[in-house]
Amino acid sequence: MASASVQPVLELTGIGKEFGAIRALHDVDLQVYPGEVVGLMGDNGAGKSTLVKVIAGNFPPSHGEMRFDGNAVQFYRPVDARAVGIEVVYQDLALSDNLTAAANVFLGRELKRRIGPFALLDHKAMAARALELFGELRSETRPDDLVKQMSGGQRQAVAIARTRLSNAKLVMMDEPTAAISVRQVEQVLGLIHRLKEQGVAVMLISHRMPDVFAVCDRVVVMRRGEKRADKPIADTSPEEVTALITGAKEAA
Amino acid sequence: MALPMESPVTFSNVGKTAWWQRGVFASQTAYVTLALLVLLVIMHFASPYFFTEGNMQNVAKNFSFIAIATLGVTFVIITGGIDLSVGSMMCFSAMITSMVMTALSTPGMPGASLFVHLAADGKTVVANVPGLILVTSVLSGLGVALIVGLVNGFCIAVLGLSPFVTTLGMLSIVRGLGYVVSNGRGSFPGGPDADYFYRLTSGDLLGVPMPFLYLVILALIMAVVLHHTTFGRHVFALGGNEKAAELTGVAVVRVKIEVYVICALAAGLQGIIICGWLGSAPANMATSYELNVIAAAVIGGANLAGGIGGPLGAIVGCVLLEVIRNGLVLAQVNSYWQQTLVGVIIILAVLVDRVRSRML
Repeated sequence: MASASVQPVLELTGIGKEFGAIRALHDVDLQVYPGEVVGLMGDNGAGKSTLVKVIAGNFPPSHGEMRFDGNAVQFYRPVDARAVGIEVVYQDLALSDNLTAAANVFLGRELKRRIGPFALLDHKAMAARALELFGELRSETRPDDLVKQMSGGQRQAVAIARTRLSNAKLVMMDEPTAAISVRQVEQVLGLIHRLKEQGVAVMLISHRMPDVFAVCDRVVVMRRGEKRADKPIADTSPEEVTALITGAKEAA
Repeated sequence: MALPMESPVTFSNVGKTAWWQRGVFASQTAYVTLALLVLLVIMHFASPYFFTEGNMQNVAKNFSFIAIATLGVTFVIITGGIDLSVGSMMCFSAMITSMVMTALSTPGMPGASLFVHLAADGKTVVANVPGLILVTSVLSGLGVALIVGLVNGFCIAVLGLSPFVTTLGMLSIVRGLGYVVSNGRGSFPGGPDADYFYRLTSGDLLGVPMPFLYLVILALIMAVVLHHTTFGRHVFALGGNEKAAELTGVAVVRVKIEVYVICALAAGLQGIIICGWLGSAPANMATSYELNVIAAAVIGGANLAGGIGGPLGAIVGCVLLEVIRNGLVLAQVNSYWQQTLVGVIIILAVLVDRVRSRML
């Protein structure tokens, strides 16, 4: 997958981040290629979420350079990251329970049609496009159903469909399988496969070893703010990754 | 990315919710509307006067006196906020409107020469442009409401103060300002445009009371805004999950400020209308009306936790309160029971909804 001829969609060079005296990230280099699923692992406080937040534009890094699609980029707000094609599926999914699936998918970028001087919501077009996206993800989700009444898997589908709206090139998923049932985990992993098929790069932040080994092409291990390992899944084992996370093994 | 769909979505595992378990039919508003209809039938048998034209006009007028403010506060409640300053706002807007109207109609007052002059007899005051004083005074009444709404919104959305505390403070501030500007005496709309003012606020059009007419128009606009515009969608999103709304790029601060401004403007307009009906704006006008307004919204199905509510519910809540009040009077029940009953109904309405959502 990661051949030299393909340009990485995301390229981090020497990324570091300090919060006052605390060094949260130090000298992280990372490439992510189109259609690749990268697992990002590490214990609490290892710097995973800081790295994700830097990439998602929650705050700029203190050092280093970020390139997206070959261009140097700087993000100050999440909207900046979204504008170039980085989408984040948050751990709590960031859905509004009281709205329909279609409304959630289009929240913040509603489709409108003009009637005279007024711009009114185009409910039909949004429902149709949402249904199409759910179809691509092969999720049995009705656009007009309230998110409140949905299963964990359907909610994931809604959150992921949102990232497909803008044809994002990189989707970061923060613990997508943390709080759902076994069957729904299968569905979510299926959704990640769908994204991969469509050439989208996925970064999966997870604590669950089986999930990472089931869908990822490559695993990146963080420890104490540094990248300790970056290996193709085929060349490693859950035991080795566990050792890297806990520090039993320093680097690989 | 227009990919061909390998397989169209099938819904083999996911049933469709029956129509009566969705949308309006599954809301508290629907149950309360039903209760209202039952109550109307009971009233019809309880008192022969209830369905007379005069009484119906009376009911329509009376509930319109809090319903416009209820529409406004419903916006705030949907976002998960609360506005306790509506009662004071009603009074203050009414007061400013009538004071401005009186001042502009008094030759010799600063600025009045632009609006009025004395007739040849030296006593009668004549407007330079009929209606201009009315428009100016109503706009100044709404103008102070706009400012109060902006201050509420700024404190809550930008400074992050709690809506309850902010608007509780504003309740007191605005009421106090009302006493200050009027010296506690209240004021009366007067001058050459007062007739227009009374006709537009407490008159009627083809037998329909004007306040009721305004209410219907505003409710229709509100329904369209809530369900067919981006703003309305964001109002609901804010009440459902504020953090999610922010992460998805909704302009949370702006929407919040806007709902408090809408609420203050609705209250201001309501106050101006009440002032026309009373013929004055006393300094203690609409005291504790905020509780009636919020009660009506909640009875009608607006959820104080945010995310649910609408114009129909707001109106149904107001009608229910007024029919009970009116009914108790007609049935010659001691009118002191009214408050007690209203309280029981607030709790019942919310209780029925809770039981229903547990059963589904």
